[in-house]
Amino acid sequence: MTRLPITKTPKPYVGGAFIRSESGRTFPIRDGAGNFFANIPQCTRKDLRNAVEAAAKAGPGWARRTAYNRGQILYRMAEMLESRSVEMVVAFNPAGEKAGTSAAREVRCAIDRLVYYAGWADKYEQVLGSVNPVASSHFNFTVTEPMGVVGVIAPDESPLLAFISLIAPVIVSGNTVVALASEKSPYPAILFGEMLATSDLPGGVVNILTGFRKELVPTFATHTHLRAISAAAAMGGDERKVLRLGGAESVKRVQFAAANGANAWFDEAAQSVYAIRDFLEFKTTWHPVGA
Amino acid sequence: MPSLVEKKSSRTPARAGRPAPELIFGDLWEFDPAPETADPKLKARYDLFIDGKFVAPKAGKYFDSINPANEQKLAEIALAGRDDVDAAFAAAQKAFDTTWGRMPGRERAKYLYRIARLLQDRAREFAIAETLDGGKPIKEARDFDVPMAAAHFFYHAGWADKLEYVAPGRRVAPLGVVAQVIPWNFPLLMLAWKIAPALAMGNTVVLKPAETTSVTCLKLAEILQDAGLPPGVVNFVTGAGDVGAAVINHPTPAKVAFTGSTEVGKIIMRALAGTEKKMTMELGGKAANVVFDDAPLDQAVEGIVNGIFFNQGHVCCAGSRLLVHEPVAERVLAKLKNRIRVLRVGDPMDKNTDIGAINSKPQLEKITELVASGTKEGAEIFQPSCRLPSKGYYFRPTIFSGVTMSHRIAREEIFGPVLSILTFRTVEEAIEKANNTPYGLSAGVWTDKGSRILKMSVELKAGVVWANTYNKFDPTSPFGGYKESGFGREGGRQGLLDYAKLI
Repeated sequence: MTRLPITKTPKPYVGGAFIRSESGRTFPIRDGAGNFFANIPQCTRKDLRNAVEAAAKAGPGWARRTAYNRGQILYRMAEMLESRSVEMVVAFNPAGEKAGTSAAREVRCAIDRLVYYAGWADKYEQVLGSVNPVASSHFNFTVTEPMGVVGVIAPDESPLLAFISLIAPVIVSGNTVVALASEKSPYPAILFGEMLATSDLPGGVVNILTGFRKELVPTFATHTHLRAISAAAAMGGDERKVLRLGGAESVKRVQFAAANGANAWFDEAAQSVYAIRDFLEFKTTWHPVGA
Repeated sequence: MPSLVEKKSSRTPARAGRPAPELIFGDLWEFDPAPETADPKLKARYDLFIDGKFVAPKAGKYFDSINPANEQKLAEIALAGRDDVDAAFAAAQKAFDTTWGRMPGRERAKYLYRIARLLQDRAREFAIAETLDGGKPIKEARDFDVPMAAAHFFYHAGWADKLEYVAPGRRVAPLGVVAQVIPWNFPLLMLAWKIAPALAMGNTVVLKPAETTSVTCLKLAEILQDAGLPPGVVNFVTGAGDVGAAVINHPTPAKVAFTGSTEVGKIIMRALAGTEKKMTMELGGKAANVVFDDAPLDQAVEGIVNGIFFNQGHVCCAGSRLLVHEPVAERVLAKLKNRIRVLRVGDPMDKNTDIGAINSKPQLEKITELVASGTKEGAEIFQPSCRLPSKGYYFRPTIFSGVTMSHRIAREEIFGPVLSILTFRTVEEAIEKANNTPYGLSAGVWTDKGSRILKMSVELKAGVVWANTYNKFDPTSPFGGYKESGFGREGGRQGLLDYAKLI
């Protein structure tokens, strides 16, 4: 008699725990052959608010970590993904459109992207900050600081690579994230959440929601504790407008990543210290020089 | 002859550890008037500056610019219509396509150096014009606004041929035409902050000054002509909010840079929500100025006074919330009262004046209303009994003690010479209170302890932190806000990048 395998209940990763939506709603996803694969939680704006709370709680501790430590944790995330890359490639099957070699390529690129940003953790400050030669007797310097809680809205294309390309430059500087996974292909992000749980990343630094953009994007736009939004260039004009319009109420920074289109995420141009800069504040301190 | 020192017993000589006797000047002496009298060389009527020429507005309408110190008409200013705004953007686009956008950086630099030099040449005249038009004390216009504006042109000039160092690892390119709208508190200086980096990067500009302070902007147009700046590189359209709306909503500009209130900043952000225009927003503030018990109190009092009464408090980064450590709260309050008793309020053209005229009648009404709310909500008011001129818009320096976080005067930007004093017991409480605001433009901290300064600097959520000093500015030093005080920076390499695109 053949053994019936145990299927996994997919759960979003919020506040270091695996949750179901408070709404009790789900939507089904199917594998490449069109068979039922699993039910994905259809998160609500209340789930989003809870996730923001978890991210806000994790924020100060994460920002206070040394840059060296944050770099090691991002590198650890790459280690986790590399060691479970076979499992991640298979996870693309229910994504519907990718299988085999193209999924493997995306996973490899996502790992390399994490390593790229891990290395920036203790370097971007020296590239972006400055000591300023003011024309008075003051020591004057400009350093960067994280903005706080950042909302990330992942596109449907390259569901793992785009997701990681948007998240890594935000958290490397000490921001925390509430991310909405690809609506069409949420499963790689869910699996990535399970890897985050074992990668030394403190709970609440990355919070992953699944669900429908139509329901959640307006709340991303208007939630005042989200200091910034990071979304993909491919996002349509209507959604962009919703984000900017809602964001205006709290003077939110709304950024759209440079990479545009599924292939663009694989380019070297899709990774940059300026993607880190987009989610930093500059703080200038003046101090008199004297005895 | 009246005694100059506080009474003290002759039998107990001053010992170490005892505070030195203070000089109390009170109203013992009158100051003789010391008016600045040089000619500001104003025209009776100012036209729009479009495509390198002064042109009359197509509809032929003008409005009066008032000297807030005496309510007299200073000049007539052109009221731009939609056609005029169109013409300004057409000129800017043409200049970007044909001259400025193609010019080598080293040549652009030379124009900016010229502008800086010509402004220095005419500094006295510009300072007087600035004071007449805006009401700020002549000593501030003379010693701060005009020299700092020239410094901004000089600093950014040198960047124009070194742009490959602005964004390490990437190349930069100008955005195209930029639309800029600036406020009335530092008319010439804000103009320099906006124009200099935009031009250094190779952009062209359409700028609208505030309707109450257009004069020095249009005087600068004369300098742009004298400098031989190619036509259309900089265009000035004047008028009120509707002209500003026409400027920011125009389809031509690739970027909108705004300095002004958070309220208007949000309106602009909403208006541009459906577009891909880049934005820089330098908005309001409600800065905390935090004084610890180990601070050098006399220096701190000078810093507090400079922080809130500089430019009549019309400063977005003004230290309008004073947070004082409880052990020294009474002493600081007593010293502050003594200090503001001798502030000279009145004619901005007098070289002795510390606090000049409030910029406009509506602003005076706003300040008056908020001060009334402070009294009504239970804070204790102190104002010195100085005489105010009978004509013009003036407001006495005002301090409120016993203020709590829920009072309107502790939450809303007053933009006037009004200080709200709160107290705290622990470092944590100071940080909590300082950050408990939607704003985050600036903050001050006064303490003798270096490690505490650095901790406060990290914890205060503000774009500029002044430690044992306040209201210091420099073209090399990035300025801008956190949270609802806006985004983007002005000054330094960081500010320059906001006028570029990465390629």
